[in-house]
Amino acid sequence: MEGNVWKFGDDIDTDIIIPGRYLVVIDPKELAKHVMEGLDPEFHEKVNEGDFIVGGKNFGCGSSREHAPLALKGAGISAVIAESFARIFYRNSINVGIPLLEAPGISNHLDTGDKIEIDMDKGVIRKLKSGEEYEFQKLPEFMLEILNKGGLIPYVKEQMNK
Amino acid sequence: MSMTMAEKILAKAAGKKESSAGEIVMANIDVAMTHDLTGPLSVESFKKIGVPKVWDPEKVVIVFDHQVPADSLDAANNHLLMRQFVKEQGINNFYDVREGVCHQVLPEKGHVVPGEVIVGTDSHTCTHGALGAFSTGIGSTDMAMVFSTGELWFKVPETIRFEVEGTLKDHVYAKDVVLNIIGQIGADGATYKACEFAGETVKDMNVSDRMVLCNMAIEMGGKTGLVEPDDKTKQYIKGRSNKTYEIMKSDMDAESLKTMHIDVNQLEPQIACPHHVDNVKPISDVSGIEIDQIFLGSCTNGRISDLRTAAQILKGKTVANEVRMLVIPASREIYSKALDEGLINIFVDSGALVTNPCCGPCLGGHVGLIGPGEVSLSTSNRNFRGRQGSPEAEVYLSSAAVAASSAITGKITDPREI
Ligand code: SF4
Repeated sequence: MEGNVWKFGDDIDTDIIIPGRYLVVIDPKELAKHVMEGLDPEFHEKVNEGDFIVGGKNFGCGSSREHAPLALKGAGISAVIAESFARIFYRNSINVGIPLLEAPGISNHLDTGDKIEIDMDKGVIRKLKSGEEYEFQKLPEFMLEILNKGGLIPYVKEQMNK
Repeated sequence: MSMTMAEKILAKAAGKKESSAGEIVMANIDVAMTHDLTGPLSVESFKKIGVPKVWDPEKVVIVFDHQVPADSLDAANNHLLMRQFVKEQGINNFYDVREGVCHQVLPEKGHVVPGEVIVGTDSHTCTHGALGAFSTGIGSTDMAMVFSTGELWFKVPETIRFEVEGTLKDHVYAKDVVLNIIGQIGADGATYKACEFAGETVKDMNVSDRMVLCNMAIEMGGKTGLVEPDDKTKQYIKGRSNKTYEIMKSDMDAESLKTMHIDVNQLEPQIACPHHVDNVKPISDVSGIEIDQIFLGSCTNGRISDLRTAAQILKGKTVANEVRMLVIPASREIYSKALDEGLINIFVDSGALVTNPCCGPCLGGHVGLIGPGEVSLSTSNRNFRGRQGSPEAEVYLSSAAVAASSAITGKITDPREI
């Protein structure tokens, strides 16, 4: 995976990722028009397919709305990298098929505009310009399996047909 | 093996003798709750899996509370979709627009008993741990799995046990205790952990107060709140539920149990300041800040005890001209009780606006949104940027007593000064 970094701070809550008044919408593409609106109303126009979000600690805290990872997915975000994640957001993202990479200290190294590449197998984030590498915590097998199947729905479908 | 309450409940739900923190278990679900806002996505995901019927319609509970009555065509469509689902699936535990906020309705209607595993597509599902259930918020896709299989995976959490000791001063409440704890350990201080509230102060609290504590476990990152069931728990459940249940308690020597001591003898009323719940200050630091809107309600502090406290302060007084005060009882049962006790008259006479039981401005999606530059004082649980409307508005969180005394002056006011 390769793309641009968009960096945000600590405690990015799901009300910022997608404000409550848009929860009546469930289409990821429609939700994407309001993604990160709480901090940057123009964000959806700037972000490109395949880009990454980099956050500080406790990314995704707050409401359990799955609209948050769906909005990120609709906007084309291919993974979120953060120092730490809030738990419901963590589950939800894996379940809808967005990889979350926990990399303590990462917000000191990456900035908006950096181009990076991610190697899921090795657990490495690489800055394309400088070649600097940072490690992230590899996901538990169970979660990798869900991601590899494309999310929890295809995973359960397969289990039910066994 | 010594285990925590969380470990015991999850082990039982997974059909195992033991479970320990860190392990991933597949647990059987006893209650699966969804509401009008996150329900449609759950139903959509469930349809994608393609199983025609939910695993057990008697274990599914659906509550309309976030946008009731429908405030837009989108909301009306969501309601239609959910009512259709209820019919198709033969779900009897369905509470349409009239009943109240899900986390109040669930225990009131007897769906919560100790030792069960309860999941809901709402982060404050952790509230039900107040009755000794393992209860946690999940996403809509998780719910689709539960609807299909009756099971869900969990990483067994470690436990932080907050031993709360001391006598609360006048006009200091459970809300102040939990805000104080969150202020101390931070918004991510209990991430992935079960938050058990114990100690003399918690033993002295009634079930409603314990719900306030557990409700806010998520605001420090917690997976569930928990309180050891006792006679008060049994008393609350009696007459509400005919489910049989098992009471489980933490072994004090369980390996994954960490204890934190909280002394509340000197505690002052606490306020969470914008824009994070852990930005907590004693009221003396923020008193005098001018307010535009006051919201008394929500699954945190919209219970009868909160309405009583507020009415006592507001009786014979008037809401300041510059403020709008919204009073929203958390459920129909509470509303009716408040009518019987004359509390609603006190609110209306003082100039407050009383609405039907619902989430109200808590999530900024329905009634009572606040505009740019406005300041809200709210008895709810979140003050994130944009939570109650405009991202340029500010939200302060407090107890019901502070909300009522501030309504009289139009500024954040210590109830002990009224
Ligand atoms: S009252 Fe607020 S926190 Fe509680 S369920 Fe409703 S929106 Fe969520």
